[in-house]
Amino acid sequence: MSPPELLVGEGLRRVAGSRTLLDVDRIAVHEGELLAVLGPNGAGKSTLLRTLALLETPTSGSVRLGDLRGPDAERALRARSAFVFQRPHMWEGTVRWNLELGLRLRGLPREGVGAIAASLGLDPLLEADARTLSAGETQRVALGRALLLSPDVLFLDEPTANLDAEVRASIREDLDRVARSRARSILLATHDRSEAFYLADRVAVLRSGRLAQVGRPSELFENPADPFIAAVTGAELSLRGRVTGGDDQVVEVDVDGVRMIAVGRASVGTSVRIGYRPEDLLISVRPPEGSARNRIRSRIREVRSLGALVRLRLEGPPELVAVVTRASAAELGLAEGRDVWVQVKATALHAFET
Amino acid sequence: MNPFAEAWRLLTSGDLYVREVVLRSLAISGSALALATVIAVPIGVAVALGRFRLRLPVIVLLNTGLALPPVVVGLAVYLLLSRSGPLGALQLLYSPAAMVAAQVVLAGPYIAAVTLAAVDAVPSDVRLQARGLGATRLRAVALHVREARWSLVAAVAAGFGAIVSEVGAAMIVGGNILGRTRVMTTTIVLETRRGNFGVAIALGTVLLVLALAVNLTLLALAGWGRRDSPRRGSRRPITS
Repeated sequence: MSPPELLVGEGLRRVAGSRTLLDVDRIAVHEGELLAVLGPNGAGKSTLLRTLALLETPTSGSVRLGDLRGPDAERALRARSAFVFQRPHMWEGTVRWNLELGLRLRGLPREGVGAIAASLGLDPLLEADARTLSAGETQRVALGRALLLSPDVLFLDEPTANLDAEVRASIREDLDRVARSRARSILLATHDRSEAFYLADRVAVLRSGRLAQVGRPSELFENPADPFIAAVTGAELSLRGRVTGGDDQVVEVDVDGVRMIAVGRASVGTSVRIGYRPEDLLISVRPPEGSARNRIRSRIREVRSLGALVRLRLEGPPELVAVVTRASAAELGLAEGRDVWVQVKATALHAFET
Repeated sequence: MNPFAEAWRLLTSGDLYVREVVLRSLAISGSALALATVIAVPIGVAVALGRFRLRLPVIVLLNTGLALPPVVVGLAVYLLLSRSGPLGALQLLYSPAAMVAAQVVLAGPYIAAVTLAAVDAVPSDVRLQARGLGATRLRAVALHVREARWSLVAAVAAGFGAIVSEVGAAMIVGGNILGRTRVMTTTIVLETRRGNFGVAIALGTVLLVLALAVNLTLLALAGWGRRDSPRRGSRRPITS
């Protein structure tokens, strides 16, 4: 049984002129969960968060916090939630002053500043001018002043979007370690799927202001509702073919003369796109012995290093992209022109009608 | 006696006439400044943060007010307060109150226009960010204005510099009456005509010192107001 709903938005619409920025039938944040709102730039993530926080008024629809609605919900949200913006504003003053700001605004005792500063690595900076901080430190101060309020709902609007990779990873750790311990529920907007899948209990994918799919990360990964979700969750969608057979759960698809078995429902003769994750492809240099239903002979056209991983582009038909670890690539002697076998389970391929 | 030596004597001996004129100038301009600040700052903030239909015309009006000629303001206030004017019944003409009114009209648009520009320059989502931390709408506005406060103080200081040194309006509506409406600028005009250069130089020196003080204040505030400069609190320590 899932925990009770803490924050619920129903029939939320935001319209600006002739443009609909947001059109969400229902979204709920449960007690104790971190719900990530994932979507590309311009999908309406910030608008959704600001509307749910009642920092912006919806054109129509309502927000409920627990049993409270309307002005009561707005008052409660101001008193019991905190919002961290993508580009947090540091008011003129010291880091300590900025950390205490939320407490001061709510008339709460200025306690716990030292502890939160220590947990976020800000203690040496407490008396520093807040406007001399780096982007990462600024984001930590913003997170700290929100967490000092021990909010029922913590809204995080792309808190790592403007940070370099190293700082982003470190802030992500802070979110997982510190934020979860001090906030009852968290709503995180991000366009970074790895961040969403790493941190979230559930992920809501937003497309053009509408919710495309909501579910646990594994559900979205394993059963993307459509090609957009598949792409958002990191799938390659380059394979196109025609359905030649199948049953209720899987389809047989002819992709450039190669027969492939994929999860999906489509009638014979329809055109489909097949989504797959490059990391789900198993590469071997000898004929495979596994149980995978798709086995394809191929040749490596291009090898590109991604740091710890290696990306392989394989000649068709069908043209595929695979990702293996650097160690595996070295062990198998994977190089351009090398003949290989590709194995992929039917459940790792998702067919979508086009 | 050499007029400069005379001026020095007047300033160092605390001459009653000079002292009285200086104190009256400061009292009238100080009162006008306080009144103009109380009226103009909220107007500037409201125009900067508000979104209403006549906003643009109001901004144009305020900016035009920056270049109001003091004699024209003096004339307008004179016409208002003269015996046959709409406010003639108040019998304020040739009184310090009339001079305060004229100086409020001069300083008000200036303070409002600079307030507007300063508040407008603060990032627009500052209020939203304050609300996100639990601020009421009013506290959020206060936190927004706080970010522009050095510019506001600079505007008020510059407004003071402008009204304490103007002569046209003070002469027209005050009448330069001894012991009542005679201020530094009108006294300088009068005593220069009379050939009492010592008094004129002494008062001119006080005005120059005031202008210098205002400028130094502005300079200091401009330095303080720079976003990237450390102010209260130390600059961040060097960390690895």
